Amino acid sequence: MGQMGKSTSLNHNDMKKSKRREKHYWEEWVGRIYTSICVVLLLVVIVSIVFFVSSKGLATFFENGVSLKEFFTGRTWNPDESFGALPFITGSFAVTLLAALIAGPLGLCAALFMTEILPGRGKRILQPAVELLSGIPSVVYGFIGLSVIVPFIRDYIGGQGFGILAGCLVLSIMILPTITSIMADALASLPGGLRESSLALGATRWQTISRVVIPTVLPALLTGVVLGMARAFGEALAVQMVIGNAPHVPGSLTESAATLTSTITLSMGNTAMGSVHNNALWSMALVLLLMTFVFVILVRLLERRNRI
Amino acid sequence: MMIKKAKRADKIATIVICFFAMLIVAILVGLLGFIIVRGLGHINWHFLTSAPQMIRGGGGIGPQLFNSVFLLILTLIITVPLGWGGGIYMAEYAKPGKITNVIRLVVEVLSSFPSIVIGLFGLLVLVNAFGLGFSLLAGAMALAVFNLPLMVRTTEQAFRAVPKEQKEAGYALGLSKWKIITSILLPVALPSLITGTILASGRIFGEAAALMFTAGMSSPPLDFTDWNPLSSRSPINPLRPAETLAVHIWKVNSEGLAPDAKEIAAGASAVLVILILCFNLGARWLGRVAYRKFTAAKRID
Repeated sequence: MGQMGKSTSLNHNDMKKSKRREKHYWEEWVGRIYTSICVVLLLVVIVSIVFFVSSKGLATFFENGVSLKEFFTGRTWNPDESFGALPFITGSFAVTLLAALIAGPLGLCAALFMTEILPGRGKRILQPAVELLSGIPSVVYGFIGLSVIVPFIRDYIGGQGFGILAGCLVLSIMILPTITSIMADALASLPGGLRESSLALGATRWQTISRVVIPTVLPALLTGVVLGMARAFGEALAVQMVIGNAPHVPGSLTESAATLTSTITLSMGNTAMGSVHNNALWSMALVLLLMTFVFVILVRLLERRNRI
Repeated sequence: MMIKKAKRADKIATIVICFFAMLIVAILVGLLGFIIVRGLGHINWHFLTSAPQMIRGGGGIGPQLFNSVFLLILTLIITVPLGWGGGIYMAEYAKPGKITNVIRLVVEVLSSFPSIVIGLFGLLVLVNAFGLGFSLLAGAMALAVFNLPLMVRTTEQAFRAVPKEQKEAGYALGLSKWKIITSILLPVALPSLITGTILASGRIFGEAAALMFTAGMSSPPLDFTDWNPLSSRSPINPLRPAETLAVHIWKVNSEGLAPDAKEIAAGASAVLVILILCFNLGARWLGRVAYRKFTAAKRID
């Protein structure tokens, strides 16, 4: 009798144990499957973005017979017959490069101030400022550009006020926080010993910054500039509001111009899906997509050269 | 002689750097001051609650404000489970190797896509192919795509920051991995998750380019007494087109016909910026509170 009782209780225990183990496995699989689905979804999204945008963007060349040469070097954009996107491509590159030229040195100064000159207090003043700047939405930057920068250029520099100059000023303020925070992180990650040994050798602070600090973290600093440029290249509304939207290659910085994004913003809603004009706009979106890949590759190359 | 020169260069460089750093602070103060001073005079209860006017003056931003908030909620309902799940995968399940590298690259590329490209993708796939039309749902899905990479990254960082010993203690107790994640790691990571999510919300709130072609640029008249989600005039119908505050600012600036378009844009910008400032400050405050609550620590270091 006793023997039997013991064996049933043992069985009972076993059952309880196996049930618990079952729950254990079940839980394990729920977590694994749920998180994997999330990641697979990311992959699906990116593949479909690339697929759909390229299939629409390539249709211009394969179905509508617009030649690549015309698209990339043609200077006239006429929605009925000729689709030269050169004005928009030059516009996009011009505002992006100029914005990087303005915001890069400014961001470097801010980052140096935060990490080298006044490490404690400077950081406490500038860090919140930079974070707040990065939170301001791009339409608000566009609105400020429209109500401050454009009239200022019109009154003091000349022209209508709209143009590459207004665009790159707005963009440089917009990408400043991105550049500053990445550069500040890069400078802060520098091993302290390098800086101190340079100072101990009798170098002044500027000599230390210019000959030790900056050369060591240069790739990381440039990463900040490239990421800022990627943001500037893809920005649509802020640029559209201040650039004037005239489809020709501008002769000066204060002449009305257009970028890829501003043209897409303005025309996409007014064209019929499937028309040549519409497909040409998708080709511009494809150029934006490809440039994103270029920027990502640049960042990767710079990261590989990073010595820290 | 050399030393003198070097010292002078040092002084000049220091002054230049300080000057530009202060310039940035001045730009920020100027910008915020400009927006708030310009817009604050126009903000009153009527402006915040009434419907916009097309041609006459005196229009408000009531429906746009509601749309922005509602769209933010819809987006978070989609993004939070997916983003947190993806981040947990990257932090806990992903093994170092080729596949993980590919996923990392995907997250990086997706986060650097221009928002207008995401909007166009939404137009093509969500609005046209899925037949959602210009709707809140299409807008929320586009914003979710736009926001997922950021969410995945913050979640991964939050989970990686949890001390290893806590996880090992869970293993020592014989817990399953998922149990460890949900009942040990999640509470510790939650403060940073909340902060990250609220900061992402600020970005969602101000986004316009991805919404123009997905949620649309029109706001049909809303009937705030009709709470049936299927009725076309109901504010909570997810399939109606909805213009958000950020899109409204753009539209008023570029094609507004009302005589007070400038004032409306200024007022709406001020509302948007003040709300986003609240998001940022709220995120920090809530993160601190949650940190104290979940970890019994006095402050974040």
